[in-house]
Amino acid sequence: MAKGGTRNPMPKLPPEIRIRSFEEVALGFNEEQAIDEAERCLGCKNKPCVYGCPVNIDIPEFIRLIREANPVAAARVIKKTNALPAICGRVCPQKEQCEKVCVLAKKSEAVAIGALERFAADQEAKHSNPAEPPKPENPELCKYCVAVVGSGPAGLTAASDLARTGYSVTIFEALHKTGGVLRYGIPEFRLPRHILDREVDYVRSLGVKILTDVVIGKAVGVKDLLNEGFEAVFIGTGAGTPKFLGIPGENLSGIYSGNEWLTRINLMRAHEIDYATPIKVPKRACVIGAGNTAMDCARTALRLGAKEVTIVYRRSRAEMPARAEEIENAEEEGVRFQLLTNPKRFLGNERGAVEAIECSRMELGEADESGRRRPIPVPNSEFRIECDTVIVALGQNPNPLIRMTTPELDTEPWGGIIVDPRTGMTSIPGVFAGGDVVTGEATVIAAMGAGKIAAAGIDSYIRQKHNLII
Amino acid sequence: MDKQDQKTHVGKWPQNCKLASIEPEHLRNVIVRKEKLAPTVTLVEVRAPLVARSAKPGQFVIVWPHEKSERIPLTISDRNPETGTITLVFQEVGRTTIELGQRQVGEEIASVAGPLGNPTEIELYGSAVVVAGGVGAAIAMPIAKALKEIGNNLVVILGARERALVILEDYMRAISDQLIITTDDGSYGRKGVVTEPLQELVSAQKVDFVFTAGPLPMMKAVAQVTKPHGIKTIASLDAIMIDGTGMCGGCRVTVGNKTLFTCVDGPDFDAHLVDWDELQARKSFYFDEEKAQLKTIAGNKQ
Ligand SMILES: Cc1cc2nc3c(=O)[nH]c(=O)nc-3n(C[C@H](O)[C@H](O)[C@H](O)COP(=O)(O)OP(=O)(O)OC[C@H]3O[C@@H](n4cnc5c(N)ncnc54)[C@H](O)[C@@H]3O)c2cc1C
Ligand code: FES
Repeated sequence: MAKGGTRNPMPKLPPEIRIRSFEEVALGFNEEQAIDEAERCLGCKNKPCVYGCPVNIDIPEFIRLIREANPVAAARVIKKTNALPAICGRVCPQKEQCEKVCVLAKKSEAVAIGALERFAADQEAKHSNPAEPPKPENPELCKYCVAVVGSGPAGLTAASDLARTGYSVTIFEALHKTGGVLRYGIPEFRLPRHILDREVDYVRSLGVKILTDVVIGKAVGVKDLLNEGFEAVFIGTGAGTPKFLGIPGENLSGIYSGNEWLTRINLMRAHEIDYATPIKVPKRACVIGAGNTAMDCARTALRLGAKEVTIVYRRSRAEMPARAEEIENAEEEGVRFQLLTNPKRFLGNERGAVEAIECSRMELGEADESGRRRPIPVPNSEFRIECDTVIVALGQNPNPLIRMTTPELDTEPWGGIIVDPRTGMTSIPGVFAGGDVVTGEATVIAAMGAGKIAAAGIDSYIRQKHNLII
Repeated sequence: MDKQDQKTHVGKWPQNCKLASIEPEHLRNVIVRKEKLAPTVTLVEVRAPLVARSAKPGQFVIVWPHEKSERIPLTISDRNPETGTITLVFQEVGRTTIELGQRQVGEEIASVAGPLGNPTEIELYGSAVVVAGGVGAAIAMPIAKALKEIGNNLVVILGARERALVILEDYMRAISDQLIITTDDGSYGRKGVVTEPLQELVSAQKVDFVFTAGPLPMMKAVAQVTKPHGIKTIASLDAIMIDGTGMCGGCRVTVGNKTLFTCVDGPDFDAHLVDWDELQARKSFYFDEEKAQLKTIAGNKQ
C-alpha cells in the first residue's frame, strides 16, 4: 500500500462466534497487513503522534522498523518508554491520543498505531528469548529496598524501572493475584491473561519480589514500611472503590457494582463450572454508565448467556467515554443502548431482588465543566425498564484504606493522593504515589507514565539521601 | 519446604525479620493445629505472620482455600504474634468451608489476607452481655475476653440448635461472670432461644452494652429486645464479601438509611439501625447456586 492509503481494518472474530466465549475479539494484524499498514505512515518530520502519546513513544521510528520487516527491533523502540506494549496496544484509547493527532486522520483515517504496537509486541514475544532479562544498570544499589504497593500498571511499571536501575523491590498486593484492573477488571476477550502473565513474569525475572495477600494500611502501615527496611514507598493502589447512584433500592439483590460483576467473573471465574464463586446468569441485564467498565460489564453479561443486555446512559452517544472500538464491538454483539435515560429508583420483588428500574428521560443542555453537554430531566417522562440484573458502572474513587490509616498523607477532598507532579512525592518524604490513586480513574498508559515518573523520583530521592555519586 | 524449615520460619518470624527481608515463603499459610469443636464446626490455627502481628479483636481475614474456591470472610478468633499464627473457627456449611475443613495440619491454605475491618470498640461500659449463636461464639470469643479484661461485668449467652453444637463453653465460662446456655431442643442448658434469657436480664437489671454475633435472624431478634431499653447494641455482620477491601461493594448494607460497606465500615454496626431484611435478602441471593455447589463436592470427594 502507498503512503496515506486506506486503513487496514483490525481482523476480528465474528460477533456470533465471539459472544459465546471469552476468546480475544481482536485478532491482530498478520505480517502482510502490518507491513501494508506501516507503509501508510507519512513519517512526518514534526511527529505529532509522538506528542499525542502520554509516554512519547517514537512512533514513526517503530513503524519504520515494522515496514522493514523488523518487528522485534520495533518492539525494542517502544519498550524504551513503554514497558507493557502488548497491553497498551490492546487497551489504550488511541483514538483520543496518538491516532487523534495523526496527520492522516484529517484527510481520511489515522494510521492504526495501536494495532501496529500490538503487532510489534506480540512478534517480539514470539521471537525473542525471555530467559535473558536485562542486567541492572547499577548493581550496587541493591542494598536499598523500595516497597511498591499495588500490582496494577502503575506499580508494575515503577517496580520494573526501579529493579532495572538496580534497587531491591518488593511489591505488596492486597488480592491473591497480580495485575490490578488488568486482571480483575478488563475481561479476557480484550486482554488475554497470558499476555498479562507474561508481563508480570518479566517483572519477576528482574528480581522483583511479589507478596500477594498483603493489605497495606491494615496488615502493615505505610510508616511501618519506612521503619522496617524500605528507603522509599510507592503507592499505586488505584481507584478501587465503586461509585453508586445513591438512589432508592440500590441495595436490592441482583444489583452489582461494575467491579463486583467483573471480579466475580475475571478474577474468581464464577462462569466456569468448577469454580465455587456464584453468579446468576441474567435474563435481562441493565448496565448503568457508558465508560470502558460499562462496556466490559455488558459484553461479559452477553457471554454469560444473558438474553438481553442494555446500556442505560444519561447523555447521548457522542458523550460516551468508552474507547470507540469497544462501543462498536458492544453494538455488533447486540448490546442495546438506552440513551438519555437516568435511573430514579430500583424496584424489587418480594424476595428483595431487583425487577425493574424506574427511569426518566433526559435532554442535553449547556456544556458543563467537563465540556460535555449537561443532561437535564424531561418533566413527567418516567418509565420502567424490567430487568433481573443491574450493574452500576459509574466509575471509581480511590481506595480509602491507606488514606484512613495514614493521616499524614495529604489528599484531595475526593480522596486522591496529592503529589508533586515532577517527582511523584507525596506530603510524606520518601512516600511516592501515582496512577488512579492520584488522578482518579484514568488510563493504563497514564498509570504507567506516573509509575515511571515516581521511579525516577525515588531514584533521585535515595541518591540524595545517601549522597550517592554512583 | 520441609517440616523443619517451617519450624525455623515460625521461630524466626516476626521478631528478627524486617519487612524488607520477607520472602514469599515466609507468608505461606500453613495449618499448624486443627480441632473439631463440634460435628460441623472446625478450628484451625494457621500461619499468617503479618496478620498475627497487627490483628485486633473484631477484625477478620479473607480466606481463599484453593485456586477454585470462593473468597470468604472469617473472623480472627485469636492470634499469636510470637508464633505468627491466627485462629479461625468455621462451620462447614458450603463448598468453601467444607473444602477448608478437609485441609490437614501441615497443609496450606492458598491465601489469608487481613486483618480487615475495624476492631470492636472495647470500653468499660459497666455491665456487658455477649449474645452468640452457633459459630457466632467464635466471633464473640475475643470480644468477650477483651470486655472482661477491661473490667466489665460480663454475662455470656450461648445458643445452639442442640447440645453437640455448643462450642467454646469452657472458654466462655472461664472468662465470664455468668454463662447461660440455651438449646433449641433442650438437649443442654435452657430449652429455647437466646433472646429469652436476654429479655429476662434486661428487664431485671441494668445492662449497658450488648454485643451479638451469629445467625442474622438471631441478631435481629437481639436488637428487637434491647431497642426498647435503649441499650447500646453492636452486631458483627457477615455480609457476602469478595475482596474485603472496599473494592467490590458486594458487602454493602443499609445502616440508618445510609449505604455502608461491611468490610471497611464494619463489620460492627449499631444493631438498632441495620436493615436486617435487606441484609437477609442479599445473603440468601445465591442460595440455589450454593446448593448446586454442594453437589459438586459431594460428587467428587477425594
Ligand atoms: C473495567 C475497566 C476497564 C478499563 N478499561 C480500560 C481501557 O480499555 N484502557 C485504559 O487505558 N484504561 C482502562 N481502564 C482504566 C485502567 O484500568 C486504570 O486506569 C489503571 O488500571 C490504573 O492503574 P493503577 O496501577 O493506578 O491501579 P489498579 O490497576 O487499580 O491497581 C491497583 C492495585 O493495588 C492493589 N491495592 C489496592 N489497595 C491496596 C492496599 N491497601 N495494599 C496493597 N495493595 C492494594 C489493588 O488490589 C490493585 O491490584 C479500565 C478500568 C476498568 C475498571
Ligand atoms: S467485600 Fe468487596 S467491598 Fe467489601
